[in-house]
Amino acid sequence: MSTTEERAAEQKRYAAGKSVLDTVDERFGSSRFLTSVLDKIFPDHWSFMVGEIAMDSLIILIITGIYLALFYVPSSTDVIYAPTSGHVYAPLVGQHMTEAYQSVINLSFNVRAGLIMRQAHHWAALVFLAAVLFHLCRVFFTGAFRKPREVNWIIGVTLWLVVILEGFTGYSLPDDLLSGTGLRVIYSIVEGLPLVGTWIVYDFWGGSYPGTTFLTRLFVIHEFIFPLLIVGLLTAHLMILWHQKHSDFPGPGKTETNIRGSRVWPQYALKAGGLFMIVTGTIFLLAGEIQINPVWLYGPYNPYTVSIGAQPDWYLGWLDGSVRLWPHWEFASFGHEIPNPVFPGILIPGLLFTTIYAWPWLDKKIYSDYGAHNLLDRPRDKPFRTGVGVAAIVFFADLTIACGSDILANDFHVGFERVIEVLQYGALLGPVVGFVIAYKACQALQRTGAHPIQRPLGGVIIRSANGAYHTLSDHHGNGHGDNGHGDNGHGDKADAVANGHGTAEEAPAPVGAADEPAGASD
Amino acid sequence: MSDSPYFDPRHYGIDPHGPWPEDVPKGQDDSHWRYENDPKGARRAELRVAFCWSLTLLASIGLAWVYVAGGQTQVEGALWAMAFFGLGVGFILWARDLLPGTEVTASRGHHDVCAEEDRRAVAESLTRGIEPMARRPFLFKMLGAVGGVFGVAAVFPLASLGPRVHLDLDHTKWGVGTRAVTEDGNPVLPTDVAVNGILTVFPEGYITDALSPTLLINVGDLPFEIPPSREGWTINGLVAFSKICTHAGCPASLYNVQSHQLVCPCHQSTFDVLSDCKPVFGPAPRPLPQLPITTDIDGYVVSQSDYHEPVGPGFWDR
Repeated sequence: MSTTEERAAEQKRYAAGKSVLDTVDERFGSSRFLTSVLDKIFPDHWSFMVGEIAMDSLIILIITGIYLALFYVPSSTDVIYAPTSGHVYAPLVGQHMTEAYQSVINLSFNVRAGLIMRQAHHWAALVFLAAVLFHLCRVFFTGAFRKPREVNWIIGVTLWLVVILEGFTGYSLPDDLLSGTGLRVIYSIVEGLPLVGTWIVYDFWGGSYPGTTFLTRLFVIHEFIFPLLIVGLLTAHLMILWHQKHSDFPGPGKTETNIRGSRVWPQYALKAGGLFMIVTGTIFLLAGEIQINPVWLYGPYNPYTVSIGAQPDWYLGWLDGSVRLWPHWEFASFGHEIPNPVFPGILIPGLLFTTIYAWPWLDKKIYSDYGAHNLLDRPRDKPFRTGVGVAAIVFFADLTIACGSDILANDFHVGFERVIEVLQYGALLGPVVGFVIAYKACQALQRTGAHPIQRPLGGVIIRSANGAYHTLSDHHGNGHGDNGHGDNGHGDKADAVANGHGTAEEAPAPVGAADEPAGASD
Repeated sequence: MSDSPYFDPRHYGIDPHGPWPEDVPKGQDDSHWRYENDPKGARRAELRVAFCWSLTLLASIGLAWVYVAGGQTQVEGALWAMAFFGLGVGFILWARDLLPGTEVTASRGHHDVCAEEDRRAVAESLTRGIEPMARRPFLFKMLGAVGGVFGVAAVFPLASLGPRVHLDLDHTKWGVGTRAVTEDGNPVLPTDVAVNGILTVFPEGYITDALSPTLLINVGDLPFEIPPSREGWTINGLVAFSKICTHAGCPASLYNVQSHQLVCPCHQSTFDVLSDCKPVFGPAPRPLPQLPITTDIDGYVVSQSDYHEPVGPGFWDR
């Protein structure tokens, strides 16, 4: 099809590209590595994209965060509101505030494009955590944490934890009334730790609450320590992912030892770049059109005032809810006490995270499966694991709702006591109900139909006059019509049959879930 | 076809000198693209990409103009979004419609794990150092002890971060005859608080102290239960309780006049003012401490002493 000139131009470009690569290879011996990079295959499934969204949000957070850091003043020094040239926010005139709060107000009103960068930063953090959690659920429900990917599970859960803390420290930097209230609660929780609590808070805050040095330290933690940790952990996360290659759902022609999908170059490079830009566009749309954290409305922090409707950002709602739902119990004996907030604020999250960290090994025990897996489970095929996941989601959701108990009571005109009691029962019974429903739903779904890979691929094999084979009613086998394997377009039909055969051998045990734990039956 | 570079086993993660794995189909060709055989469709696809990128161009000009004109957050948001959407959608359409790359199947390699000989080799390398070291158990013990002591010495600088824990958690700035002042620093007469009214007061000179804020509540003639040891802590119906919630330290600042209850807006701990501010609902484990008050020679409200117990949330040595 191409003309002679086109072909000549093509050859010229190939030669130019090759000479650059040769120059690099002569220094670094890089050709084999670069081939593997450009040829790298990532499986195509929409749910694999959510981790990318998390990474994209992180990039936006870093860029907008650097911009904000150029204007923020991490100082607890008391000042009387003095706007920089430009807009004056009248309600704050004459008010005492910290220099930190004043710098955020000035950044919002008097720095051109400052407000949209601030709101983009905050929105990106919310999107980041949503993507992280979705990604975590995807990995959990499909069993992607199984050998050989346990280490990436550990790194991923740690990232979740650090990102929560990073979000909270960032939310606290403006030193407004809302975030100051949150800090007061966190201070009280940590202060209550046995033996070390008071020492830790005195060292972090530089004295008893609210301290004098805390904002400077918070700034170092938010700008330097946590970002370094997050970038470091994410680098490890991605390097391991790259080395182990992405897991994939089972399907025709897919085995534990092959990988099917689009290559990095050019498909994934352009599409992932495009996704990054769409994520960025979405975050900037949210940042421009939907106000977030209007700290000028909350006012500067002081320890004797609090606003009604004090809720943390959504990703920490469960922690606040836990603190609200825990009854008035505490432990006091032998002249010492373990105060109330320690139990819902540290013990419960500690137990939850320990279980989440340990899950890959619990899962091995539960299913007596110690082998390596590159092919994922469908959630319905592992009802017990799916049930546990749903129970956890219900539990977290109940706690998250509880962090809005005062808002709910107000909106529904019921006493806040009733709201809290209902949610206390919900936290205990909800996970059980969620587990049972999910477990039964998985079993019902299993009965509705076999997994595509477990169905026979066609029934009748036809041999055509020229010796090629194809199958009749092979809808599942040809479901991935663009797949290229078996080469349905260009002769050599025997491949299709060979693949079908290979597939059947790789198929796990038939439905009926022989791989369910012995105790978990209906 | 076999001379095409796309059939090189290297592009499928396969060792060119080894056998071709069974689960990687031969003859795959991902050099095809969507509008390969449809020049008109390809032209339309090209125009679609160009259209997307023109939106980015327009949005960029708009962004620059809005900035120069003084900035406007909503418009900036829309233009940033338009610029990024245009660029991103353009890239995705370019890849989908005009660039090669249908799905292909490649080998994962041998699970990316090494052969047994390789594993033996690395274990040998490690043992080369471990064995001679293990013959010196004394040095190991010494190293453990030295490391421990050095580790402790090395964290000493951390102690500069904050003062050692003193008794300031046990005390507030209230003392004998400390005047109660309002947020604005004005002293308070008992009559400043009407029946069923509340007022937040501070020890004079310490308005920003986090543990000292106190609520004056006028309960009027209502029956007010207090232990006998606290006789004379009130000025008629005017009582003073710590404003700092015993749960997590938020200001317990919502007063329900009908039920005479104080509610903390953070976690809804509820305290019954008429019975010694005992917690009646929510997570707070202890009553709000009461501050003994009286009037000074000028008739202003003063504290008789500090609180008789630590205020605010609990801690290990409370």
